[in-house]
Amino acid sequence: MTTAVDKTPVLDVVPPAPTNGEAPASESVVALPLPMDRLEPVCSWGGAQGGMAYVYRPTTVQQIREVLALARERGVTVGMRGAGRSYGDAAMASENLSLQLTRMNRILEWDPDTGVITCEPGVTIRQLWQYVIEDGWWPPVVPGTMFPTLGGALGMNIHGKNNFAVGPIGEHVQWFDLLLPGTGEVVRCSREENTDLFHAAIGGFGVLGIFVAITLKLKRVYSGLLRVEPLAVPDLASMFRRFEERLPQSDYLVGWIDGFARGAALGRGQIHQANYLKPGEDPKPAQTLRVENQELPDTLFGVVPKGLLWRFMRPFVNDIGVRTVNTAKYWSSVRQHGKVHPTSHAGFAFLLDYVPNWKKAYGPGGLVQYQSFVPKEAAERTFREQLLLCQARGLPPYLTVFKRHRPDPFLMTHAVDGYSLALDFRITPRNRERVWALAAELDALTLAGGGRFYFAKDSTLHPSRLTDYLAEERVAKFLALKRRVDPEDLLQTDLYRRLFATAP
Amino acid sequence: MASSRWKHALVVGASSGMGAEIARQLAAQGCTVALVARREAELNALAAELNRVRHGAAYTYVHDVTCFGEVPALFQAICRDLGGLDVIFYASGIMPPVAEDEFDFGKDRAIIDINLTGAVAWLNLAAQRFAAAGTGTIVGISSVAGERGRRGNTVYGASKAALTTYLESLRNRLSTKGVTVVTVKPGPVETPMTQGLGKMPFMITAPEAARQILAAARRGANNAYVPGIWRFIMAVVRAIPSAIFRHMKF
Repeated sequence: MTTAVDKTPVLDVVPPAPTNGEAPASESVVALPLPMDRLEPVCSWGGAQGGMAYVYRPTTVQQIREVLALARERGVTVGMRGAGRSYGDAAMASENLSLQLTRMNRILEWDPDTGVITCEPGVTIRQLWQYVIEDGWWPPVVPGTMFPTLGGALGMNIHGKNNFAVGPIGEHVQWFDLLLPGTGEVVRCSREENTDLFHAAIGGFGVLGIFVAITLKLKRVYSGLLRVEPLAVPDLASMFRRFEERLPQSDYLVGWIDGFARGAALGRGQIHQANYLKPGEDPKPAQTLRVENQELPDTLFGVVPKGLLWRFMRPFVNDIGVRTVNTAKYWSSVRQHGKVHPTSHAGFAFLLDYVPNWKKAYGPGGLVQYQSFVPKEAAERTFREQLLLCQARGLPPYLTVFKRHRPDPFLMTHAVDGYSLALDFRITPRNRERVWALAAELDALTLAGGGRFYFAKDSTLHPSRLTDYLAEERVAKFLALKRRVDPEDLLQTDLYRRLFATAP
Repeated sequence: MASSRWKHALVVGASSGMGAEIARQLAAQGCTVALVARREAELNALAAELNRVRHGAAYTYVHDVTCFGEVPALFQAICRDLGGLDVIFYASGIMPPVAEDEFDFGKDRAIIDINLTGAVAWLNLAAQRFAAAGTGTIVGISSVAGERGRRGNTVYGASKAALTTYLESLRNRLSTKGVTVVTVKPGPVETPMTQGLGKMPFMITAPEAARQILAAARRGANNAYVPGIWRFIMAVVRAIPSAIFRHMKF
């Protein structure tokens, strides 16, 4: 009988290289090739940036080390990727190795009494909430979609609609194990040990090291429902006023803005406030906390399969269509104003998952999102100018989302004590250059307001802007740390190359 | 990717003739071009010319297409340097003078290695890559000489016939995967290859040939005769019965 120990199947990461039937003529000069059958399209989530990479999906730490060894041997780099939900090039590794940890998706430890959970990095937000909710717990921070992995979520230090209250996901991490590419060792990082790595790898966009285990403290909930109140707001000033007014009493707060509204109606939209239920408020928590009662319906009106919905949206994803839909949505929000209703956690949190593959409605050119984070003193002026500029350039954003944030202790943080505005732009062959030019103009406004950018969303930032928003010392400190743990600069993504290739 | 949006191009056999002209025109159209050829001096001169016009327009790779073993790693390195690949041109070819009573195996084998085997080495890789990407354009420079077995230059014609058939197979394999494969069949073109052969029928210049080749490639033509008159000429030539053809001197 053989034991399972030491029998971990090893990936064919160092396979026989295709050599066209003979040894390379000058092996010392020309490196061995990578296996062509590993080559796959690895694109931005928005679909506006395409690329090919040699993809590896290991399941063990040893296999990760083998991928790093392969990269070293073949003279290429390794780009980390989780579920690939970053809008731009943050998880792309064009022409190099794409290390995708989606298969490292085991939940390693769970304590339903304390709400502390330890996961492998490939565990998705979806897996996480579905696993814990019936014990009365919910991830303290979730994005607008449940498909990202925890590894990706930490790398980007994601935030949710409650950022103003609880900070980004990094603030709920107790510790993580990080595989350092230089030595291959795995180190424990927390607020007590390796604190510099702890605060830099969270939000370090996957170039400092590789998360191999992550421990989170979850949020206790006493019902599967939230109390949600929609509020219509007639203009941008009201949007800000309402937000400030509601902040102290809200657990979640998110604004939608009609990017087409002009003049006095500029910035009109809808706010959704959501609050947890207190113990005893829900008479049947065991039922509302069931996964089945959280899940989003898979049909519309009980008949139309949602998988088809993006096809129906497609004809509307243009200036005329979105303008019409936005107007209708705004007036319907006026009718819903103040009507408090219960909504499941998943139903409120994962708005982006209501229409599967909705990005396909944007057409083959895809979309980019431009999101800026501006301190509260300058936010209203900045966002007003940004919305006006988009309209003046004939590129009104098709989806505009507004949120409140607070500073956090992470080195490469994107958050400020202020607001964020996220603008989605459809990309076509004809408008692509104009969108990038507009983004550069928007950057200038953001920076004038003392604002910041977010790598999970970014596609357009120019490297010269990097130290304008992240103080030069921060960038220098980050790169010094990178040289320490990854002296060969093995971990690189397209975003890293775009923004940091010329950094000090 | 729509052909009008080619950004990254690879030209094998870029140091002279049609390959060099194709590279020039691609660079002028805004492409970043990888230049692959054996002759370093010519390659560097062309790259310098292209990079003078636009910095970073051209990369050079000294490579002998008969060093087949080098190709996979070189192909991948080129894709890495360019940051992607949208289109590949295989323009390497030789046509040494061969006497009508000459049967020189060494010479014939070199023709096959460069005109055909090198093409297979490079284009097989492009085919795999483009199939995985679901997009891409492969352009092979074959020849009208591949359509009949003439008395002169036996193996040159045979190598081009094989290249034409290989490209057709690639097209049939890949067209459903979003990949365009273009077989170019030039008649005589004023290049170093045809130097000293005197005035030939319907001869065009290399820049004109390159212009027509790029137009056909962007159009996604299956078979492009360059210039177009050769489509009709070759239709006639193909129709000549073998019993008559063997007595013909051209």
